[in-house]
Amino acid sequence: MLRFVVRRLLQLIPTLFGLSVLLFAWIRLLPGGPEVALLPENATEEQRQALRQSMGLDDPILVQYGRFLGDIAQGDLGVSTQTNRPVLDEFLTKFPATAELAITAMIIAVAVGIPLGYFAARRRGGLLDMAAVTGSLVGICTPVFFLAFVLKVVFSEQLGIFPSLSRQTPGIDATSITGFHVLDGVLTGEWDAAWDAIMHLVLPGIALASIPLAVITRMTRASVLEVLDEDYVRTANAKGLHHSTVRGRHVLRNAMLPVVTAVGYLAGALLAGAVLTESVFNFGGIGQFLYQATQERDYPVLLGFILLIATVYVLINMLVDISYGLLDPRVRVR
Amino acid sequence: MSKKSDRIDRLAELTAARAEDSEGHSVWRESFHRLRRSPMAIVGASVVVVFVLVALLGDIIAPHDPISQSWRDEVFPNRNEFVGPRPENLLGLDNMGRDQFSRMVIGARQSLLVGVVATVLGLSAGAVLGGVAGAAAGLGGVWGARLDAVIMRVVDVMLALPTLLLAVTVAALLGPSLVTVMIAVGVAQVPIFARLLRGSMLAQANRDYVLAASAVGVRTRRIVVAHILPNSLGPVIVQATLVLGIAIIDAAALSYLGLGNPDPAVPEWGTMLADAQRFLSGAPELAVYPALAIIITALGFTLLGEAMRESLDPKLRK
Repeated sequence: MLRFVVRRLLQLIPTLFGLSVLLFAWIRLLPGGPEVALLPENATEEQRQALRQSMGLDDPILVQYGRFLGDIAQGDLGVSTQTNRPVLDEFLTKFPATAELAITAMIIAVAVGIPLGYFAARRRGGLLDMAAVTGSLVGICTPVFFLAFVLKVVFSEQLGIFPSLSRQTPGIDATSITGFHVLDGVLTGEWDAAWDAIMHLVLPGIALASIPLAVITRMTRASVLEVLDEDYVRTANAKGLHHSTVRGRHVLRNAMLPVVTAVGYLAGALLAGAVLTESVFNFGGIGQFLYQATQERDYPVLLGFILLIATVYVLINMLVDISYGLLDPRVRVR
Repeated sequence: MSKKSDRIDRLAELTAARAEDSEGHSVWRESFHRLRRSPMAIVGASVVVVFVLVALLGDIIAPHDPISQSWRDEVFPNRNEFVGPRPENLLGLDNMGRDQFSRMVIGARQSLLVGVVATVLGLSAGAVLGGVAGAAAGLGGVWGARLDAVIMRVVDVMLALPTLLLAVTVAALLGPSLVTVMIAVGVAQVPIFARLLRGSMLAQANRDYVLAASAVGVRTRRIVVAHILPNSLGPVIVQATLVLGIAIIDAAALSYLGLGNPDPAVPEWGTMLADAQRFLSGAPELAVYPALAIIITALGFTLLGEAMRESLDPKLRK
């Protein structure tokens, strides 16, 4: 098992290395060169000169790339042109908001999607099955930002059930330890703050959950259908095992394997969807900041955040791979 | 990341394993027969046909000029005064006093254009990468395997970025325009097409007819081009259909993020939807029309694509 984990960790290196090459090439290939990307449009000639000098743009390309890698290795991803703060600091302060939102969305998607897909498959062709199949197709085809807007207008502006903006009601006195508001509230025993944070998570969480929910439902359904058809399920039934034993031990356990993988690559959909959802709800996470960066042409943030998000995405998938190895011993041998 | 690629490879293998029991009929003909009986395919294809017709015949269908603000003095967005449906304006007026129905009709053209160009771009670039990798791996030899490995590492790195984020990065670097959206959405699909075609070709390489062809002395290059490649295209075509729908949704998201066509006069569903959100309390229908158009069109392509996938998948044949 340890060897499996180490091997997966080593596989990270070429991917992250490739990403850095890709992003480096991207800045260089921009029309006008990196000074266009890294300076505001109204920059003076002196600023351009200074930047060319400080970046050593006249050095050989390999030297430049080596320096770029060195900076990244030291955690130096440049400075945001919007806030003048280091990109890495911006990312670390805003990441908990996005992580909290993404985890909420994933919990919703898994808690609803797996039972829905399972029961849809058990009654194939029934009413629930048709509703699940149609619903998940519509879910995949609905633009996330539109769903977020509809939820916001209906449930917060019209009905007033949920708060519509940000992560916390202004004026609530909450102690911050981890940056995860719900967790902070629980840790400090400030239950009203925790509840307030949960209420703020519901609508953006549902909006963000739409695509993962649709995918997990479809996937569970397909996977359960496939497993129900397997010989070992027929055998288990034939030898008289109790229905609940067959369903729990034979069907569900085996059907869940592909769904676990889906959770990994859906993390990507969540990180991308956060750009849209957070800006609708003014949630203040990395997604919203990335959105502002595209509006303001804040290239250091844009490139730094993309690199960091990709790293998080690759790490999540590695964790999923490892947990997959725990669940399914066959994977470890490969 | 590797799991995402596994999934793509599995799809490639599944569809390639068909035709074991096709009783002499061509696989394509049989799949097409199954497709015609599928209600999913019929609904999907109908939506797609209507959409394409509206996009192509927009100038004839649209009753008014979509750009001129003919009824400017009847609409006051800041006072929440809008004009709803009436005989001369079937869907009412937008916030600038333009005929909403005409804008919807002409907007279909932009969506079709973005969808088709982005898909063709992603498909051709992905097919070249995947085809070369698949051929290199299939032709064998140390150098073939190495070339395959190099190409697939690049593809895997691209797969390590979430699709929409890849599109956002490309679009933000190129600056907002319609061409940007096409390139961004297309580039984001390149790794998926590449992986799919390669996997599909590798699955074909083990089939009996390839062995037979090489046994009678057909040259390897000809086997790859004339035998393996045409038989590997099924999953790629399915994916292209699905991507047409995805491209329309992604293009709407990019427009919402302000990376789409900066010219507000050109009607485009994503931009219309993003603009209408400012008037959601006064005239929610202005957002609902383009949203429904996007959802229904994307659904049409998705249904058609899913039905095609099912008809090509031997496991689902009954």
